[in-house]
Amino acid sequence: MFRNQYDTDVTTWSPTGRLFQVEYAMEAVKQGSAAIGLRSRSHVVLACVNKAQSELSSHQKKIFKVDDHIGVAIAGLTADGRVLSRYMRSEAINHSFTYESPLPVGRLVVHLADKAQVCTQRSWKRPYGVGLLVGGLDESGAHLYYNCPSGNYFEYQAFAIGSRSQAAKTYLERRFESFGDSSREDLIKDAILAVRETLQGETLKSSLCTVSVLGVGEPFHFLDQETIQKVIDTFEKVAEDEEGEAGEGDAEAAAAPAEQGGGGAGDQDVAPMEM
Amino acid sequence: MTFTIPIDNGDALKNAETDSQRTLYPYVTGTSIVAIKYKDGVLMASDMGGSYGSTLRYKNIERVKAIGKHSLLGASGEISDFQEILRYLDELVLNDNMWDDGNSLGPKEVHNYLTRVMYNRRNKFNPLWNTLVLGGVKNGQSYLGMVSMIGVSFEDNHVATGFGNHLARPILRDEWHADLSFEDGVKLLEKCMRVLLYRDRSAINKLQIAKITEEGVTVSQPYSLKTFWEFQAFHNPTAGAQGSW
Repeated sequence: MFRNQYDTDVTTWSPTGRLFQVEYAMEAVKQGSAAIGLRSRSHVVLACVNKAQSELSSHQKKIFKVDDHIGVAIAGLTADGRVLSRYMRSEAINHSFTYESPLPVGRLVVHLADKAQVCTQRSWKRPYGVGLLVGGLDESGAHLYYNCPSGNYFEYQAFAIGSRSQAAKTYLERRFESFGDSSREDLIKDAILAVRETLQGETLKSSLCTVSVLGVGEPFHFLDQETIQKVIDTFEKVAEDEEGEAGEGDAEAAAAPAEQGGGGAGDQDVAPMEM
Repeated sequence: MTFTIPIDNGDALKNAETDSQRTLYPYVTGTSIVAIKYKDGVLMASDMGGSYGSTLRYKNIERVKAIGKHSLLGASGEISDFQEILRYLDELVLNDNMWDDGNSLGPKEVHNYLTRVMYNRRNKFNPLWNTLVLGGVKNGQSYLGMVSMIGVSFEDNHVATGFGNHLARPILRDEWHADLSFEDGVKLLEKCMRVLLYRDRSAINKLQIAKITEEGVTVSQPYSLKTFWEFQAFHNPTAGAQGSW
C-alpha cells in the first residue's frame, strides 16, 4: 500500500471507494504479536505469544478478562486495546447490575463494533489500532468473534491475528471442522499448537505463551505455566519418540534420565543431607 | 423609588408546581395479588377492581399482564403507575426482540430491572406506588419474586401483596408444597381469594387467575367465587351491642 492523496483524513474517500486511514489502522493489527482464538460448542480458548521489548522488560498483557463468561485477546496498539477492554468490562458489569444476568457476548461485540465505527466517521478522531478476539458464552453456547478497527465484526470457529498469524491460520484451517465437538483438553492443545506455528522454528516454552480458557460451568481464567508446559511436553515428547523409533539409542537415552532421577532419590534416602 | 419583592421560588419542596410532578398519594388503586409456584410454573390470582379511595369505582381492570415470552407481572397499588411500568417494560421487551439474536429476557432479568427502577424512583422521592409480583418460567426453571414501592425485592415460593400478606400467606405457609398440580394450585389460590373477598373491603367478587408455564401465558376469563353469608353471627349483627355507645 503506497502513500496517496486520499489518505490524510479518515473522512476522505478514495475514488475507488476506500477509506485508507481505516485500512492503515488494520495494518497496525498485523504488526502486533500473534493472538489466537478457537471454540468448541461449550468452551473458548484464547492464546497469545508473549513478546517482550527486550530481555530486561516483562511482556505486555494481551488477554483480558471482561467478565466470568467473556475474555478478549488483542493484537496491535496495546494501549487502544486496554481502553476498549475497560469499555467492555464497564458494559458487562452495568448489564450484570441491572439484570443480574451475564451480558450475551453477541450483544457486547455489536456495541464494540458500533464504537469503532464512530471513529471512522469523525474528522477529529482516528480509528482504534487494535484487533480484538472476543470469546464468550451466551444462551446459544460458546462464541468467538473478531472485531476490526473498521467497525466490522465476524464470528469464527477459530482465528488468528497479528504477525505471522497466517501460519497459525493455516494450521487451524486444517483442523477447525473437529473443534465443535472437541474436548476442553484437545481445544487447549490445538491452541498451543497454533501458537507454535507462529513461532516458526523457535522452541515452544510455556514462558513464551499465555493461554486462557472459559466455558460452560468454567469461568474465565488463565492457565498457569505448569499446566501449559505439561501440554507442550505431550506433543514435544511425541516428536522425540518419533525420532527415537529410528534409533533405539534415543529411547534408551529417554529412559536413562528417569532412572538417574530414581537413583538419585535412593541415594538421598541413604545419605543424610549435610547442612 | 422602586424595590422588588423577593419571591420564594427555588425550594422544590415548597413549590406547588414541582410538587405535583411527584407521586404523593395513590388515587386509583388495586388490592392484593396472590401468586404461587406449582409443578409446571407459576399461578397468579387477582381481582379486577380499581378503588377510588373507598369507592369501588372500576370493575374491569386487568392487574396481571404477560411480559415477553417468559414472564407474568401482577401489580397492586396505583393503577396509573402500573400502566407506566407496562410502558417501560414494553420498550425493554421491544429492544430485546430487536436484537433478534436468540437471547431473550427471562423473569430474573425483568425482576431485577424492575427492582432497579423502583429503588431509583424511591431515592428521588418520586415512587411508583405499586407492589409488583413477577413470575415466570425459563428453560424449565420457575421464578417468583416481588418488588415493593421502596425497592425491597425478594424471591419466594409464594408471594402476596397488600392484605394478601396478612390473610393469604398464612394459608400458603401451611398448605403450599412443591409440585402442586394445576387443579390443587387453583383451589389453593381460590381459598386465599375467598378469604380476601370476605375480609378486604377493597376486594370485589370478580377475579382472574393467570398461569405461566414453559409453553407460555394463559389468563383466565373473569369469574366469581361462591360465597356464603348465612352465618348465624351475621343474621343479627348488633345483638349484644345495642345502642350507639
